[in-house]
Amino acid sequence: MDITELTVHELQGKLKNKELTITQINEAYVNRIKEKEPEVQAFITELTDQGMKQAKQIQNKIDNGEKVGDLAGIPIGIKDIICTKGVKTTCASKMLENFIAPYDATVMEKINAEEMIDLGKLNMDEFAMGGSTEYSYFKKTRNPWDLSRVPGGSSGGSAAAVSANMVPWALGTDTGGSIRQPAALCGVVGLKPTYGLVSRYGLVAFASSLDQVGVFTKDVQDCAILLNVIAGHDEKDTTSVDVGSKDYTKSLQKDIKGLRIGVPKEFYGEGINPEVKSCLETAIAKYKEMGAEVEEFSLDIAKYALATYYIIACAEASSNLGRYDGIRYTYRSPEAKTLKEIYKKSRSEAFGAEVKRRIILGTYVLSSGYYDAYYKKAQQVRTLVMNEFNKAFEKYDVIITPTSPTTAFKLGSKSNNPMEMYLADICTVSVNIAGLPGISVPCGVDSEGMPIGMQIIGNKFCEETIIKTAYAYEQETKFREKYKPTFKK
Amino acid sequence: MAREDYEVVMGLEVHAELSTKTKIFCSCPTKFGAKPNTQVCPICMAMPGTLPTLNEKVVEYAVKAGLATNCEISRNSKNDRKNYFYPDLPKAYQISQYDKPLCEHGYIEIETSKGKKKIGITRIHIEEDAGKLDHDDLGGGALVDLNRAGVPLIEIVSEPDFRSIEEVDSYLKKLKSILEYIEVSDCKMQEGSYRADVNTSIRPIGSQKLGTRTEMKNMNSFRSITRALEYEIGRQVEVLDNGGTVEQETRKWDEVSGKTFSMRDKENAEDYRYFPEPDLVAIKLSEEYIENIRKTLPEMPESRKQRYLNDYKLSEKDAGIITSSKYLSDLFEKAGEICGNYKAVNNWIISDISRILNETEMDPIEIPFDAKQLAKLVMLIDKGTISSSIGKKVLVELFKNPRDPEEIIKEKGWIQISDEGAIKDVVLKIIEANPQSVADYKGGKERALGFLVGQAMKETKGKANPQMLNKMFVEELKK
Repeated sequence: MDITELTVHELQGKLKNKELTITQINEAYVNRIKEKEPEVQAFITELTDQGMKQAKQIQNKIDNGEKVGDLAGIPIGIKDIICTKGVKTTCASKMLENFIAPYDATVMEKINAEEMIDLGKLNMDEFAMGGSTEYSYFKKTRNPWDLSRVPGGSSGGSAAAVSANMVPWALGTDTGGSIRQPAALCGVVGLKPTYGLVSRYGLVAFASSLDQVGVFTKDVQDCAILLNVIAGHDEKDTTSVDVGSKDYTKSLQKDIKGLRIGVPKEFYGEGINPEVKSCLETAIAKYKEMGAEVEEFSLDIAKYALATYYIIACAEASSNLGRYDGIRYTYRSPEAKTLKEIYKKSRSEAFGAEVKRRIILGTYVLSSGYYDAYYKKAQQVRTLVMNEFNKAFEKYDVIITPTSPTTAFKLGSKSNNPMEMYLADICTVSVNIAGLPGISVPCGVDSEGMPIGMQIIGNKFCEETIIKTAYAYEQETKFREKYKPTFKK
Repeated sequence: MAREDYEVVMGLEVHAELSTKTKIFCSCPTKFGAKPNTQVCPICMAMPGTLPTLNEKVVEYAVKAGLATNCEISRNSKNDRKNYFYPDLPKAYQISQYDKPLCEHGYIEIETSKGKKKIGITRIHIEEDAGKLDHDDLGGGALVDLNRAGVPLIEIVSEPDFRSIEEVDSYLKKLKSILEYIEVSDCKMQEGSYRADVNTSIRPIGSQKLGTRTEMKNMNSFRSITRALEYEIGRQVEVLDNGGTVEQETRKWDEVSGKTFSMRDKENAEDYRYFPEPDLVAIKLSEEYIENIRKTLPEMPESRKQRYLNDYKLSEKDAGIITSSKYLSDLFEKAGEICGNYKAVNNWIISDISRILNETEMDPIEIPFDAKQLAKLVMLIDKGTISSSIGKKVLVELFKNPRDPEEIIKEKGWIQISDEGAIKDVVLKIIEANPQSVADYKGGKERALGFLVGQAMKETKGKANPQMLNKMFVEELKK
């Protein structure tokens, strides 16, 4: 038995039967990291030593008959944009290369309260800006299914680490698709919750009105378990919503008879790879077979979502990233002599090209004389996008689209063409614009063996519905039993 | 043209720090004067990942200020970000309000030598204060102190309704007293918790078009504002008279030279890129909420003034001075109630206390003694324990080291001599020493009596009861 192949709920079963110990589990993962990290490059900061210590402490507790929680001692990986007290949080930027947060993000407090073990901080595109994890200052993460390809992004480290079995699950963040797209490209499950379901306190802001913390897991059941841990209202985040406490594992049901599925034709047209399209069509046929009612419809407004997204996200980013000014916890250019030089040189030297591009774009759309034409208009379109989705959800329980227009692409193939890279978000951004929950589940592979993801979108705070829809499909198709990453070079 | 040929047009933006216990977006204390960076947390230090939560007291205080200045209160308001770089602004944006302020369209009535006038309030909005830079003289650098970062402010923007410096002065004092009355700000000008940006322009009398304005920022003394305006108006008249044009710019007032200087940093070109703060939800206020705040508004200065005129028969002028400050007014009422002699308390406040405040540039709120001690002073004089001239000395002592006036006079040996025997000894001694004056008095020169009483007071170091002295001299000189 390879421990690292198991899902968390499987590990829990084996812990209960005393087939496994916490120490064994963590040892297995630490060894797996040692073995695979040189190839995959998913970690910015490894916490394996400290993780093993914690594992032994928890094992001791168990051996002494102390009661511990269901998730105590289960390892996890954390995207390096979520603040962890006493451990570096770099956002994959030279700017925050040495930043150690003096506090824990609310989601980390929840993870720690469960006594889960953080095995490391995971790689990403700098400040979560990108779709391939190539824009990390530190390293380029590889796709475990083919090491010459990208894992997607921005949470590429999280997706690759779960896919390569270096952690059983991980936290990521999603502003325009940064969980769902890499989950699709790496053949794992990725959930972006409704805006407001999970606290953003301690998530380093990229675009405040779009950012959400979410999960990467091996299967849908684990996804429900981890969502139970991180969801919930937080007084420290006034945009978080109190929807009462829910148990998402109750949604793990196979019966989807009568489920109304909407299929927006705009997501199956131009720009979508034919193999991806046909894979999705097969999946939708499967749903029909299982008793769902499927209907094609038009979500015409979606074509404006990408432009809207880049205006709003960049505008907010240009303001959010102002605090990295070379004055306090950031990089400061050793050359700088005057205040202006501290700003100019520090920011010029420590931000990567993509981050600068977005700051400049965002500054432009907010500047006087352009605000009405860009930012204000984008907010108006945003309202229209929300309205269109609201209308759709009067008719459908879920909307199904591809997660990404293509499967994982080769490293370097898009990193010098920002526009092409932005198009990688075309299927996911409208979900953030409308603040909806979305899950990506693997639904097949292309002719080169690269995984394809299916995106299931739900109405606000209807995570139960998309979890149920994803679970039923997963149980029926058993992707994990058929396909595995090959670490092909 | 002469200065009289121009009309001055001025507008004010007043920043007042709200006296909430905690900051506007975190729970750090707001106390003034703590050691640098001891009243900070990850939120007000703008650590990555932190988020603001709006202090509800700030909204309440701002609504109170709006109601007290006859504003309409917005049921739907929001916060916006004002983006700019400066080391005292750790987030590189200030959370303020842009197009939906909490309060709008109000007014304040002021009084000047020309009578009453309404000054329009354009808006009142809430925002956070920035930190402070301490310039380090030794290292030549600057140090950032973030204790003040996130202290809540209201910005009160007036219409350009001012036509004289007197109006500006009167408005600033009136507004200050209103904020003190409703207890939303302590308005300590020396600590910078009440400061004004002054916009000034001039135009030929009769012209409808506004002239180009200059702005002087962060003025925090009434005297400086008056002086700066005197200078700036004169400067603008001179520029125009010499055929020049006034440039729209920020000018700095220099206290020492008594001049204003151009800042020349093209601040006006700054684009703040305002946009709605995505980290905070909209501020929605119910009718009930606003009405409940309205109910908590205290008695305002006009109403107190009227009461003083009717109940205590104060003069219009005295009542105006006392009610101009909530602190003075409270002092008057409390001390009057304890000693029962409102008239005497009034006299102390109007004459000696006001003079000392003026001389030391002290704010009434900084008066170190309390109403009980002032009342005691009045009572000691009323009872004849001390004379009013000793009373003045006691007051000076109260300012220096406030304590029970009875203790002060005991300690200093200032108790009035009212013992008949003792007074008689002094009178006889003075009569004996001044035969000429005695002869003068007996010869019909009434004024000589005053001289003799004066000598006796000198002899007793002012402690002799003056009425008794007078009476005794008259009796003795008749003999």
